[in-house]
Formats: sequence, C-alpha cells, structure tokens
Amino acid sequence: MKHVLNKVEKKFEMFQILNEEGKVVEKDDMPDLSDEELRELMRRMVYTRILDQRSIALNRQGRLGFYAPTAGQEASQIASHFAMEKGDFLLPAYRDVPQLIWHGLPLYQAFLFSRGHYHGNQMPEGVRALSPQIIIGAQYIQAAGVGLGMRLRGKDAVAVTYTGDGGTSQGDFYEGINFAGVYDANCIFIVQNNGFAISVPREMQTKAKTLAQKAVAAGIEGIQVDGMDPLAVYAVTKHARERAIKGEGPTLIETITYRYGPHTMAGDDPTRYRTSDLDTEWEKKDPLVRFRIFLEEKGLWSQEEEDQVIEQAKEDIREAIKKADQYPKQKVTDFIGNMFEELPLNLQEQMEEYKAKESK
Amino acid sequence: MAQMTMIQAITDALRIELKNDENVLVFGEDVGKNGGVFRATDGLQAEFGEKRVFDTPLAESAINGLAIGLALEGFRPVPEIQFFGFVYETMDSINGQMARMRFRSGNTEHAPITIRSPFGGGVNTPELHADSLEGLIAQQPGVKVVIPSTPYDAKGLLISSIRDNDPVVFLEHMKLYRSFREEVPEGEYTIELGKADVKRKGKDVTIIAYGAMVHSALKAAEQLEKEKINAEVIDLRTVSPIDYETIVESVKKTNRVIVVQEAQRQAGIAANVVAEIQERAILHLEAPVMRVAAPDTVYPFAEAEHLWLPDDKDIIEKVKYVLNY
Repeated sequence: MKHVLNKVEKKFEMFQILNEEGKVVEKDDMPDLSDEELRELMRRMVYTRILDQRSIALNRQGRLGFYAPTAGQEASQIASHFAMEKGDFLLPAYRDVPQLIWHGLPLYQAFLFSRGHYHGNQMPEGVRALSPQIIIGAQYIQAAGVGLGMRLRGKDAVAVTYTGDGGTSQGDFYEGINFAGVYDANCIFIVQNNGFAISVPREMQTKAKTLAQKAVAAGIEGIQVDGMDPLAVYAVTKHARERAIKGEGPTLIETITYRYGPHTMAGDDPTRYRTSDLDTEWEKKDPLVRFRIFLEEKGLWSQEEEDQVIEQAKEDIREAIKKADQYPKQKVTDFIGNMFEELPLNLQEQMEEYKAKESK
Repeated sequence: MAQMTMIQAITDALRIELKNDENVLVFGEDVGKNGGVFRATDGLQAEFGEKRVFDTPLAESAINGLAIGLALEGFRPVPEIQFFGFVYETMDSINGQMARMRFRSGNTEHAPITIRSPFGGGVNTPELHADSLEGLIAQQPGVKVVIPSTPYDAKGLLISSIRDNDPVVFLEHMKLYRSFREEVPEGEYTIELGKADVKRKGKDVTIIAYGAMVHSALKAAEQLEKEKINAEVIDLRTVSPIDYETIVESVKKTNRVIVVQEAQRQAGIAANVVAEIQERAILHLEAPVMRVAAPDTVYPFAEAEHLWLPDDKDIIEKVKYVLNY
C-alpha cells in the first residue's frame, strides 16, 4: 500500500533561512536584499511592534475601538508584505492592519478603522487594497477574482490575501485556492498559522499535518515557512510573486507563527486556552530578536537606530491620534450617500428625512 | 423587429453588452461551451472567446467572490447562478460582500455586477430549483433585484442592469423562458431600473405582481372584464427598490389593491408593498390591501406544485373580496 498511503506532508517540512539564534541555516536561498532593504525591513518590524503596544494601550484607554493584537506575527505580516509592489492588491483579514499601513493606508485612517469610521476604509488614490475582511475566508475567493483580472489584463501584479489557521476550514478558503488554480490567477494565499483560532487549537481544525499541503488538492504550489523568520517569509513570498506574474499559478504559503496577545481586545483571555510555558517557548523564537542579532553581526543595526525608530513610531502615533480625533464625525446622510451611485426612491426620501434631522 | 422568447432576448442583451463593453465578462457553471443549461449564453463563447465567456468550477460562493475580485480590477462581471435555489451557498458573496462594497469602502470602490439566475415554479424541477427567494436579497440594502415578465422587458432591463454601477440580482422565471414570443427590437435599448410598468390599464382594482404572476394577473383581469370588472395590472419589474410612485398613482384611481407573488406569504416582497401603501395612501383605500401568495410551507415537490402555486383563480377570488368589502 506504499503508493496509496504516501506521506504527502513530507514535502511540507518547514522552510527556514534564519534560525532562532539569528544564524543563517539556508545560505542558498538567502533573498537578494540590499543592506538598506534589510534595515528597512527591521525598521518596519520594530515600528509595527511599537504600534501594537500603543494600540493596546489606546484601546484600554478607550481611544481605539476594535483591535486585534499583532505582536509575534511581524515576520509573517511585514516580511510577506515586503515582497509586494505598489501595484499589487492586498486583501487583508482583521489582524492585517500593519500590512495595510505599509501598503499606504495612513496611520490616522487605520485608527479611524479601529474606531469604526468609514474614512478608515477609504484607500487613498493608488493604494490597491480592501479594508480588513471580517468574514473568515471571504477574501480568498475575492482574491481569486482580482488575480484572474490581473491575468486577463496581462498585468505584472499580484493579489495577496491573508487568513489564519482557522480560515483554512472554511469553504471559501478551498474554493478560492481552487478557482485561482484553474485560471492560473496572479494570487498569493497566505495562511498565518498562529496555532489558535481564537481558542480552538490548530489540531482541531484539520487532521492534515500541515495547512500548506491543502495546496495539493487544488493542484497549486504550497509551502510551509517559519513565520518567525523574516528572511524565509520574504524569500518565499518573493518567489511566489515571481511565479504568479509569469503565469505559473498561485501559491499557498503557511507561516508558522504565534500571537503573543489575545485574539482581540474585546475580552479574550488567552490563559483559558494557552499555557504561559507555550508563550515563553514562542517568545524565544521572536522575529525581532533573531533579525536584530543577524543585522548587528553584519553591522547593519544598533540600539541607537532602534531607539530612533521607536521614537518615530511614538511620534507618528501621537500625531495620527490627534488627526483621527479631529476628523469630521460621520453622519447618517454620509451612509445614505455611500449606498448607490444614484439614490433610489426609498433612499432619496430617507436622505431628505435625515438632512432635516441633521440640520436641527 | 424580431419575434423572440425571453431566453432569446436575454442572449441578445448579453451579446450586445459583450460587444459594447470589453470589460463585460460572462461566466458560471456550464455557460461556456455548453451555452448554459437553458442556452442563455448559447454561442457567446464561440463569438467572444474563452477570456470573455467562460466556465467556472462548481462552487457558487466562489463564482460571486470571483465577480467581486474582477470588479475590483475594473471588469463588469455577469456571473450566472445556475438555479437561484443554490443562492444559500453564496449568500455571503451577495448580501455580505458585493452589496456592501460601495458602502464599506466609503464610496471608493463599487461592484458593477449583474448576477443572472433562473428561478420559479411550474416546470417540474427537483428541490431547491424553483423557490422564489427574491425576498432574501430584497431585504439587503445595497443590491437591486430585477424580475422581468416579458421578452421585451428582459432585454431592456438586462442591458440596464449590466450598465448599472451597483450590483443587481437579475432573476429569470423559468416558466417564462420559452412560454411565448413577442416583438423585441433589434439593437440596444434600456428600461430604467426601479420603474414599474402598467401592463394593463383599469379603474376598478389594482393588481400588483411580478415575474410569472404578472401573466396570471393578466389572465385574471381578462376573466374579470367579462364580469364588467376593470382591473389595472402593475408589473413591478424591479422588486428592490420598489416604484411606490406608480403604485400610489394607481391606488388613488382604483382605491382597491391586491398584491400577488409566487413566493410564500411570509417571504417575497408583498408585505413590504402593503406596508408602503398603507403609509402613503390609506385614505384612498376602500378595502384592506390583500395578498395572494403561496402558503408558508417549504416549496413543494414537483407533482404537487400546481396545488401550491397561486393562480388566476386565487387572484379573481381576492379581487372580488376587495370589491365587495
């Protein structure tokens, strides 16, 4: 029965370039990044860690609304986004606000998104992205459409979408990778496997040994990568992008990562489903720690530089909160105006009604 | 002018829009080489190529998700859901996603998508093919729902739907696909969405209907005429949004109204029409606004459809009720 029961997961052993000690273990696959690009990647990860810390504090003060903490997932989020180009389309899930920011969503708008202001969802001209998807997996089938559209137009661009380990259990996840495969759509599907879908452990989602191997059923490329290793995540995403724009089809990337914080700031208590030992174990794999060692050994990073980034982040956040505070409040007439290109009769009447209310 | 069935008028509209706008894409299960299970897309792949008219894998959610993504890339997708009873598989893509695109992006993105789908009873289908599920979509702000009752209307309304910059669910009653032909102009013409059509002028009672029930209403009106009862028949054509202006104008004239739908009494859109009439024209009414609808059961098995579907006799009975009230 050797042929029937072959072990597909053997092909999906975790890919790593930089290990936990900051040592390069896969020299041949080192991405082609300049010293300045390496430093920029570190800056973005440090900045994002500070943004996460401040966002949690601001949420606790009641100055931000919905927020899903990101600490621990910086390599998975920022290094994968680092492989994206300006013309690429980003379809994020709810935890993927950092990628949106680095794709061009101004920080004050990210804060408005968190508070629940529609201006937080208005991408500036030229920023190709949707605001974070809340329905788990819905972004995967939409990404297939964006990627097919790019293929039909012959664009050198890709659609990049994210979900979590829980997302791979959704029908839309499979439908998305399957459709994209059929059309060789310009798509990169990233699964950030942080071990828990809120509280439900990865093992409860599927009997499959890896999530990357789900690519096999769709006939597309799949790879599992160390999601705490920025170099590996970048290299894999970059490679997937090159394949996609050449018409070689989509790639499913599973990043093995961990969120240090709760699922969201809306009352989740991770101690109900995770042990502090597990937290400690993952903190040892921290992406910033290993990348810092790597860069310092190359003479590309210093405490001074890190402090500068931290100060910059804090200042930007202060300014952005101020700007978010000053942004005009929403009106029901704004909402009515955002429903259709031309208002139908019912909304025309309701527009008049609310205009009258709002002018009182 | 040519004599066309509704299905021919639909194919004609698709051909015109594929020709007019290179961003129009037509896709779904079996729509390519096979030309659709009802032949709505017959010959279109041969004429416009596999990049414009193509088959999809069998997954309704992803068909409409694909449409959303393509719209984000500037296309004007016209996906087909093979039977509207399958809509439960794609409720999120429609109500949860495309209907909200313009709103959630703060008017920076939009979804110029027209989902075509056959529905409707009386043609002996298996389960979940014939159900009238327009109410599920009509309850969702952000998407229009269009239901033509004639070949002429089908062509003009479909062209308007495809050109609309917001999502439209365009429902085609299976019984009407080939039940009759009528004169349909060649070339393009549009019929404004959100506008009802007075299919028969009358003064004694207003019968409001849509889809195949328009024909039951017209048949009932002919019978009633023999009894010197002069009925006006309004075809809503767009069931979301509803054209209250045309309705209220008619109510002011006839003072008596019935609303007819093939959907169950608790489903469809009749209840909404009734509510609007009483808010807008109660002092013009001489009788309660009555509904003719199917009973509140699950759609019946094929052999019993005829027992369940509302018909012209039910309409005549309700008309007499409101006239004698």
